[in-house]
Amino acid sequence: MVLSASDKTNVKGVFSKIGSHAEEYGAETLERMFHAYPQTKTYFPHFDMGKGSAQIKGHGKKVAAALVEAANHIDDIAGALSKLSDLHAQKLRVDPVNFKLLGHCFLVVVASHNPAVLTPEVHASLDKFLCAVGTVLTAKYR
Amino acid sequence: MVHWSAEEKQLIASVWGKVNVEECGAEALARLLIVYPWTQRFFDNFGNLSSPTAIIGNPKVRAHGKKVLTSFGEAIKNLDNLKVTYSKLSELHCDKLHVDPENFRLLGDILIIVLAAHFTKDFTPACQATWQKLVGVVAHALAHKYH
Repeated sequence: MVLSASDKTNVKGVFSKIGSHAEEYGAETLERMFHAYPQTKTYFPHFDMGKGSAQIKGHGKKVAAALVEAANHIDDIAGALSKLSDLHAQKLRVDPVNFKLLGHCFLVVVASHNPAVLTPEVHASLDKFLCAVGTVLTAKYR
Repeated sequence: MVHWSAEEKQLIASVWGKVNVEECGAEALARLLIVYPWTQRFFDNFGNLSSPTAIIGNPKVRAHGKKVLTSFGEAIKNLDNLKVTYSKLSELHCDKLHVDPENFRLLGDILIIVLAAHFTKDFTPACQATWQKLVGVVAHALAHKYH
């Protein structure tokens, strides 16, 4: 999956519109994922899953920051997320299928907060970007 | 047999009651063909699918999207009897249309995104979770007669 020049422009545009809401979107993405796909909670047995959980907010912020970082270095996502990729391979070992679930929920969050931003073309670009991020994070698994 | 709580049935009905089946169906199918272009393989006879604009404006895409979502509405009316309701449709998709069931899952997720864009904050996490369950069950029923 290759990101075209217009994909990159579209993705940067989305994150620029999201701006400072990124952290909030990260938390909501996790909330939606845990709700719709309860099996994803198995990676967070120590988390308070209640509404407004500080842990979910904190982790959502981290997830959002990584996506923003990837978008800001969209020409070299593998380089930008290299340490995170190591972490996922050696320590976290989140099954690859879950990155699709997270990506889907992020799209739902963007759609529900910014329907006008998520045109079909932007939707396609953002979906490709999220796939690319997932691929990078699981690249060193074996 | 899938169990649906009263709350889930309410979340499904309240969303579905406000859906414009023609518009929503057209948009969902168009986005499927745009976001996952390999799905165009089933629609060689649809004419111009060469760009997002062409796809969105294509009358065959619109008509087929409406057909698909109308059928989805039948599923919602028969939640307790889905496998039987979709039995013939499942055979059709396997034997005549040769559609990989993965495509049902892709379309289901696209539908969720279209609903999220339409209903914005009313498409709560609880609502999404119920509809993810619904699209999953529909996809499963459609794949049930595959052999």
